Amino acid sequence: MHNSKEFKIPIGPQHPALKEPESFSVALRGEKILGVDIRLGYNHRGIEKACEERSYVQDIYLIERICGICSHAHATAFIQAVEEIAHLAVPERALYIRTLVGELERVHSHLLWLGVAGHEIGFDTLLMYTWRDREIVMDILADLTGNRVNYGINSIGGVRRDISPAQVKDVLKAVDKLEERTKYYIEVATEETTIIKRLSGVGVLAYDDAIKLDAVGPTARASGVARDVRRDDPYAAYDKIQFNVITDTHSDVYGRTVVRVKELMESYGMIREILKKMPEGPIAIKAPPRRIPAGEAISRYEAPRGEDVHYVKSNGTEKPERVKVRAPTLANVQAVKHMLKDRFLADMPIVIAAIDPCFSCTDRSIAIEDGKSRKKNVMTWQELHDYSIKWHRERGFDPAEINRKFHKTMEGK
Amino acid sequence: MGMIKKIINWSRLKSPWILHFNTGACNACDIEIIAALTPRYDLERFGVILKGTPRHADVLVCSGPVTRQIEDRLIRIYEQMAEPKFVVAVGTCACTGGVFGGCYNVKGGINSAIPVSAYIPGCPASPKAIIDGVVKLLKSLEESETKAAPAK
Repeated sequence: MHNSKEFKIPIGPQHPALKEPESFSVALRGEKILGVDIRLGYNHRGIEKACEERSYVQDIYLIERICGICSHAHATAFIQAVEEIAHLAVPERALYIRTLVGELERVHSHLLWLGVAGHEIGFDTLLMYTWRDREIVMDILADLTGNRVNYGINSIGGVRRDISPAQVKDVLKAVDKLEERTKYYIEVATEETTIIKRLSGVGVLAYDDAIKLDAVGPTARASGVARDVRRDDPYAAYDKIQFNVITDTHSDVYGRTVVRVKELMESYGMIREILKKMPEGPIAIKAPPRRIPAGEAISRYEAPRGEDVHYVKSNGTEKPERVKVRAPTLANVQAVKHMLKDRFLADMPIVIAAIDPCFSCTDRSIAIEDGKSRKKNVMTWQELHDYSIKWHRERGFDPAEINRKFHKTMEGK
Repeated sequence: MGMIKKIINWSRLKSPWILHFNTGACNACDIEIIAALTPRYDLERFGVILKGTPRHADVLVCSGPVTRQIEDRLIRIYEQMAEPKFVVAVGTCACTGGVFGGCYNVKGGINSAIPVSAYIPGCPASPKAIIDGVVKLLKSLEESETKAAPAK
């Protein structure tokens, strides 16, 4: 009926298909998507600025709350940068514990994603199954760190909690159970006809486009780009652990599902190896410094969603001078626009969900650009100055007049 | 009339439909709210079901501090809900602003924009705490059965 007519529909910030407040303006012809405009900022809280007003120790807690799902990723990326500036030698055992929590977090995040993906394609049974099994890893995280979601395990120069032999046994038992369940999910994801038919050929991102649009994490790996910070630029204890970078050549949502479930299996192997190789020793350096010497550092971390980059600049005080965060979703969000073009509107929820978006990581304050004149709504200092004079003059108050009077009285003296 | 009122109130207490709205949270409370709805904790046994639109919902479950950009939307969603309506603030940020207190784009807790009926603290609030909060809210509704207007 509307085949010839072009129209726009707004999706969000409150919408049943979206879990986070995000606004998309979708241009449609019939059921086909012509273009998508993404409006960020509903979740913008101003964390980078707030970091500058808090001490490093307080910042760890604030940075953890950039995102509740990959909180350990952000906290570790930040702390790695701080430790690099301060030249702190972190004990081996602490690095292993960080890696362990990082991998457990990946397990919880990927299981979470599998459930959400199932929900988006109307397969709610999968959501209930995976979230039930996810509770196993949540219990382990709560046991190891004291909290289910924002773990707070990192401290400058180490970690806050040690792992007892009893806990190691619990983790191994849980991993066995999870591995068994994940084998079932691999079966579901690779053999279940409804999943294959619904996900194949949806949200295609070719190898070249993935490179051009700078996709990261499982989104890039599902397009055949073997990009993984854990292997390319090892941090924590990753250089001592064996694992494979999982890639897939399907380049669609199906490929992304396969990559994630296979990464779960890799993570289980890594968790076992970490527990086996974990050396004895202290878990943190003695007396971590409160003041960090002047300097700057960039730290990379492979979060469950992809590469997370933190930049920290210090000026020798207790507070950082600048903190900059590039969350993985910000890198992938451009690819979403590309994936959605000329696709059906009904594919939109699953294509957006397939990059595992985390908008609370991504939301920044933005400059609004006028679409027609390409004019940015950013004022230069001179423009602002002129505008203020004009504004006051319209209200019968002329600063220039006052200036003149002031100079006259000064000269008169 | 009294009988009908009783039946309405009874059915309301047995099926509080909720709308979940993230007002700027870090996703931690959001995943805990979903965890509370999934098999391990299963809020559905209290008749709680997640709805997609404010017009179907009795309880608005908010997580996160109110950011300046979301504030208008939050008020609009609240106004779209049918009476009687209740608001539950989940997490420390939703209660007071939490760690984001003082950030330039954050207004404060949910009560800085709309009236709140129940506060569930925690960073993030665990599913157990969420269930506890919801059950307490239901109990307080049962007690205020005779009162026509919801407590502000």
